[in-house]
Amino acid sequence: MSAEDLLLKTGRFLRRSVTSGDLHTLYLTGGTEGDTFYRDRWSHDKVVRSTHGVNCTGSCSWKVFVKDGIITWESQETDYPSVGPDSPEYEPRGCPRGAAFSWYTYSPTRIRYPYARGVLVEMYAEARRRLSDPVAAWAEITTNPEKREKYQQARGHGGLVRISWDLATELIAAAHVHTIKTYGPDRVAGFSPVPAMSMVSQAIGARFVSLIGGTMLSYYDWYADLPVASPQVFGDQTDVPESADWWDAAYLIMWGSNVPVTRTPDAHWMAEARYRGQKVVVVAPDYSDAAKFADEFLSVRPGTDGALAMAMGHVLLKEFFVERARPYFTDYVRRFTDLPFLVTLRSHMGSYVPGKFLTAKDLGSQEEAAEWKTVFVSEQTGEPVVPNGSVGFRWTGSGAGRWNLNLDTTPKLTLYGGETAEVLLPRFDGGHSAHRGVPVMRVGEHLVTTVFDLLLAHYGVGRPGLPGSWPTGYDDDAEPYTPAWQEPITGVPARRAVKIAREFARTAESTGGRCMIILGAGTTQWFHGDTMYRAFLSLLLLTGCQGRNGGGWAHYVGQEKCRPQSGWALLAGALDWSRPPRQVPGTPFWYLHTDQWRYERFHAGELASPLAPGAFRGKHAADLVTEAVANGWMPMSPAFDRNPLDLGDADDPIAYTREELRSGRLRLAAEDPDDPRNWPRVLTLWRSNLLGASAKGDEYFLHHLLGTASNLDHPDEEAPKGKLDLLVTLDFRMTSSTIFSDVVLPAATWYEKHDLSSTDMHPFVHAFNPAISPPWQTKTDFSAFHAIARTFSDLARDRLGVRRDVVAVAYQHDTPGEIAHPGPDTPELQLVERDYGATAEKLAALGPLTERLGIQVKGVTFMPDREVDWLGRRCGLVPRGVAKGRPELDTDVKACETILALSGVSNGRLAAQGFRQLADRTGVSFAGVAQERHRIVFSDTQAGPTQVAASPEWSGKESHDRRYSPFTINVEHGKPWHTLTGRMHFFLDHDWIHEYGEALPVYRPPLDLAALCGETGTLRYLTPHNKWSLHSEYHDNLLMLSLSRGGPTIWMSTQDAAELGVSDNDWVEAVNRNGVVVARAVVSHRMPPGTVYMHHAQDRLIDVPKSEATGRRGGIHNALTQILIKPTHMIGAYAQLSYAFNYLGPTGNQRDEITTIRRRAQEAEY
Amino acid sequence: MSPRVMAQVAMVMNLDKCIGCHTCSVTCKQVWTNRPGMEYVWFNNVETRPGQGYPRRYEDQDRWRGGWVRDGRGRLRLRAGGRLRKLLSIFANPRMPSIQDYYEPWTYDYENLTNAPLTGDVPVAPPRSLISNQPEKISWSANWDDNLGGDPSPDPVLAKVSEQVRMEFEQAYMFYLPRICEHCLNPSCVASCPSGAMYKREEDGIVLVDQDRCRGWRMCVTGCPYKKVYFNHKTGKAEKCTFCYPRVEVGLPTVCSETCVGRLRYLGVLLYDADRVTEAASVADERDLYEAQLGVFVDPYDPAVDDAGLPAEWVEAARRSPVYDLITKYRIALPLHPEYRTLPMVWYVPPLSPVVDALSGTGHDGEDADNLFAAIESMRIPVDYLAELFTAGDPVPVTAALRRLAAMRSYMRAVNLGEQPVLADVGLSEDDLLAMYRLLALAKYEERYVIP
Repeated sequence: MSAEDLLLKTGRFLRRSVTSGDLHTLYLTGGTEGDTFYRDRWSHDKVVRSTHGVNCTGSCSWKVFVKDGIITWESQETDYPSVGPDSPEYEPRGCPRGAAFSWYTYSPTRIRYPYARGVLVEMYAEARRRLSDPVAAWAEITTNPEKREKYQQARGHGGLVRISWDLATELIAAAHVHTIKTYGPDRVAGFSPVPAMSMVSQAIGARFVSLIGGTMLSYYDWYADLPVASPQVFGDQTDVPESADWWDAAYLIMWGSNVPVTRTPDAHWMAEARYRGQKVVVVAPDYSDAAKFADEFLSVRPGTDGALAMAMGHVLLKEFFVERARPYFTDYVRRFTDLPFLVTLRSHMGSYVPGKFLTAKDLGSQEEAAEWKTVFVSEQTGEPVVPNGSVGFRWTGSGAGRWNLNLDTTPKLTLYGGETAEVLLPRFDGGHSAHRGVPVMRVGEHLVTTVFDLLLAHYGVGRPGLPGSWPTGYDDDAEPYTPAWQEPITGVPARRAVKIAREFARTAESTGGRCMIILGAGTTQWFHGDTMYRAFLSLLLLTGCQGRNGGGWAHYVGQEKCRPQSGWALLAGALDWSRPPRQVPGTPFWYLHTDQWRYERFHAGELASPLAPGAFRGKHAADLVTEAVANGWMPMSPAFDRNPLDLGDADDPIAYTREELRSGRLRLAAEDPDDPRNWPRVLTLWRSNLLGASAKGDEYFLHHLLGTASNLDHPDEEAPKGKLDLLVTLDFRMTSSTIFSDVVLPAATWYEKHDLSSTDMHPFVHAFNPAISPPWQTKTDFSAFHAIARTFSDLARDRLGVRRDVVAVAYQHDTPGEIAHPGPDTPELQLVERDYGATAEKLAALGPLTERLGIQVKGVTFMPDREVDWLGRRCGLVPRGVAKGRPELDTDVKACETILALSGVSNGRLAAQGFRQLADRTGVSFAGVAQERHRIVFSDTQAGPTQVAASPEWSGKESHDRRYSPFTINVEHGKPWHTLTGRMHFFLDHDWIHEYGEALPVYRPPLDLAALCGETGTLRYLTPHNKWSLHSEYHDNLLMLSLSRGGPTIWMSTQDAAELGVSDNDWVEAVNRNGVVVARAVVSHRMPPGTVYMHHAQDRLIDVPKSEATGRRGGIHNALTQILIKPTHMIGAYAQLSYAFNYLGPTGNQRDEITTIRRRAQEAEY
Repeated sequence: MSPRVMAQVAMVMNLDKCIGCHTCSVTCKQVWTNRPGMEYVWFNNVETRPGQGYPRRYEDQDRWRGGWVRDGRGRLRLRAGGRLRKLLSIFANPRMPSIQDYYEPWTYDYENLTNAPLTGDVPVAPPRSLISNQPEKISWSANWDDNLGGDPSPDPVLAKVSEQVRMEFEQAYMFYLPRICEHCLNPSCVASCPSGAMYKREEDGIVLVDQDRCRGWRMCVTGCPYKKVYFNHKTGKAEKCTFCYPRVEVGLPTVCSETCVGRLRYLGVLLYDADRVTEAASVADERDLYEAQLGVFVDPYDPAVDDAGLPAEWVEAARRSPVYDLITKYRIALPLHPEYRTLPMVWYVPPLSPVVDALSGTGHDGEDADNLFAAIESMRIPVDYLAELFTAGDPVPVTAALRRLAAMRSYMRAVNLGEQPVLADVGLSEDDLLAMYRLLALAKYEERYVIP
């Protein structure tokens, strides 16, 4: 025994206790006094269920722990309804970002009081005193050039002072009144994204903006999260499976989606489904977090994913359709896709190009909407047939009972075996066009072929006897779209493309379509992201995977499904009081008003098809914006170069406006966005950090919209500087948006209010609940907007009174307007009366149009008469005023209750109404789909996540024994998709689509910004989602920053770093024509050479030094990007290509960007 | 001789499911260590491997001298020296990582953002050290080399792998290793403590520091080879992962387990023979430590268990223990660094993926069961690397574990596709395979956490 052991044995050295025989271990029973510290630490007074209102799609239910009135921490709830005995469950849901959220409650970045810029407050107070009128004071400051410049230039440069809520609301109200009176209500704009993440908080501001005639700006398309291919192919904004349905997939491709990071609470389904034998393939440029789970990892060159998908499609068509057709596939595409439909061929340069769908009108039909009824050839008779289900049956009287996918004949997929013709198909891979033959027939004066025949020609899948030049085999690298052709483009070996395509198809065949592709921002957010997506979707459509559990596309990029859609839409649009609201696509709005259009020095025609008729030749994209607005394809704000309230003063305002437009006396504001009459004047941001996150071309925003200093190298001197009179932001933490705002309102956090949350990822709605009351002088968004509305109403009552407002609206999707084409070349005009003094009263009550006009959703109308009655009894009736006798909406809880009562997913009675209407229209039965007695009230969602039921708001079925998958209603009940043919589309025949050569899925490479914009950088600059912050939140959270690099970073490959002389953690600067980013390098061998990542939403506020290039603070990740408009996204009034808010609009894409990076001095000057 | 049966609440983490999200780290931090003196402390951390870990290169025992070594007489000694040496050097600096090896915690001048006076540029919040309160250039953090950021080659485990592993894009591999205190059967931290402040609870095996008795000598920090005992520089006392005993005592899972969104943590009771701990920890060949530790565990159905005087619900829990099944029945969970001879009680299922990828280069079909096994030998994550982590370098148990996982996938794929499943010969019965599938794939809450 050694000396020390002896000591131990005698207990002189250690405490008396039980020791192990060898004296290594000291055993004590628990509960000693020394342990009490940790017992105290683990104690709390209450646990409150809430969640996070951030746009991450998580919608996770959390336990918020409170001790002594202080929020201590949070952890995940685990009480989701069961998915079933043979499946994993949803518990727990959450991520490290969410787990760190409570840090904000008491953090030093918390906004505790209202603030405004000192210089503005001083000027306002002085003018207010002198003029004795808030509105006059505001008018003077904003119209006096010196004063205006003074406070605009101070934006973003500190100097905020605390003000009272009264002063804040007065200033805001005065600005609103002045703007509405002087310029028009559509010069007021609101931006607050993603309602699903906190429906009431979003709706309350949108409701205020909509009541006064202001403009709500879209987010889904602006974020470039909208996959435009979805409206194009499905006629649906986005509808995707819940994550539990990944479990049902036998084959899963994660394509440009880094699931562990961006779908953190859902990733386990993928990890677990592998144990069920699911094969996992990851396609990404870098060896990503997702690649860790891949059976096969394909490193693809950024932005070339479409080429790989096209080559896979080539293999699929060749082996599974031509060489040996599989009945499962051919039956599926005949019934559910446009492949059998006939397309006319138009002669072009001695050959042919595809034209339009052949329609009943072409057959000589006199039926109503014959030009909207598409045609195929019957297998049995060989004759053209006009089947049910096309959009021509959807909105016509004679179409009742016929808008369905029932077939009494078998559609012919191909005309192969007879006459042939050579068609020209555009190439964008460097070649001009492909010459390929298709089988044809003549129908009257038309030479036609099928979409399927065109598709084979386009993919280069030959059949004997067809003219043209075809690939000689998979190894022919000269002809698109062979596996060998894609290899030099994508970097993916041809044999692997073949292998995966085969496995995919075989699995789909043997499982009845259980192959799934999870798609992410890595593929969506390109200029040509829509073409990429169409190439992906083709793989799924051809293999019968859509509308199947475990199959289909799974696009999860920021859309966050607001499941109680119709109730939310009613409240947010204030549709219960007045219709229509002004809802404008964000991208073209910012494009015009931040003057980014001025920096675009190429014409739209330069990106057109080599076979284009030339409609875009010489036209600037901004011209096409105006054209789209003029056609009524999409709305824009301001609409006219005159106050729409003044137009409303005419005896017949609509007729007057039309006449003024016709005469040229009234012009569209989009024609001259830089005319001061056409500027947006007031912008309110809440639940968003526009200027620190989503503002593509951020520096242009700062210079032109805000009028403050920027990192723009050569700002266009002809363009205005400082358009915006007032920028207001509501937030609970300091962001770039609050920093640059004139007025900052202190918001309650997600743990301090009532609200509702839902997502695509799971089928539940659940509640936010306050763990504590809003501390300091913070207010919930709900109560802040009510405060603003009250002050506004007081100021507006006499100054604005009751006015008539002429609202220009686009022809809307899912309404008869979508077959208005070719309508009059003006937007639709509608008149709305606005009682400005009653704004606050209306905000706080459910208006009468609710039951008088009903709630329109996806082409059906809910008539919630009983619900309004119920709400009156549940919430109380307004005792006096304009809203007398209406259900109260004066608390956030009542707003939650109203949303749930007025939505089909949470109110089976409304869902059943909708399905009955659908049954009438389609003539098919939806028996068993609706659960008429299903009803969710707010207290249910407070008790726990509560499962929604099926509703016409969405395309899939909901039930406790199956998972949500989109389009199951279409596939299982023969309900048409909301498209031209009523089927899923491979082919798009709009003129503008032809102009861009995108009638069929096609490979279009990333934009060549060196050629188009003169950009000299050569490194691909990508902004994927961040592991340590998501979207507009969190890149300031100390916990997250401590777990990462503690500040802004740019990831680069070891090769690039070596070339640039950069070591890990060196300060670097990324500079291009749009701005400057200062960050530190993360050098890693998991990055591919030539590509750098600056993860999304790295704001300029944390550890960002001054730039060497400009001497000013470095910018955000979007400082290097620029808005570029793809014209085809603006097509409207054409079946599924019709406008709806956040459904169709130009994307604010940003992935095509390139940059220069250099190592800078390592001393950081702040 | 009948065993002296003791019970321990133990954990298994399935690394094959870990997404590296660090939710466990954050929830643990929020509950236990977000307080002065503990800013740099993460009772639970997650490391990207290959990588240096936290604190930096903690596995380099030549430097840190943690854990036990077997001396020439076959007896265990603390690598850092016995108690007497500790007693003699009690006022000298123990051999322990500096704050820079963990990381110098920082905050930012957040107040600037609100309070900055009007200037010519955008206000910013520069970083500031929480130790010195001076401006800091951040150059290391609790998770600096996340996702292979920077150069992972200083990873001490990498140095042991015989085959040269190149840090190139084409060969890139990574996985995540979440770590908490191992609550060892033979804890070198407890043996290192001169004050008797550290102890292992008799009832559940949780290793704790008695905050009243700790005198802040920090010998435990040196003694722990996993560097999972930390020094609170405000209180001057050692603190460590408590296995959330205030929760476990009332039947709740640890915070890190319940909040794990990868659903990869399992908690359950393991019974062991306390009299065989030293013998097992002292086997001559490091590579025998894994088997030796398995030998210490007691079958919960062993008749001796009934006589051990354990509470009935503990015996019941031991019989339903997912941890016992994963470790001893399916043998897919392995100990972390058994060569430290502490007999750690947090075990790991090694990561399987990506497998088929490795084969595609050879043109084989990786889905075929036979090829799948071949693929394991050539998978992106080298088996040798895993073996250096889990089996003192012996590739055999690692390969066997991976094969069982692969066989389960292959079998279930056939079931999934409606084909006739084939059970590969991996030493698992069909019933075992299905039960293992249920535990790993369905992983129901009440089956993941079986706490008496």
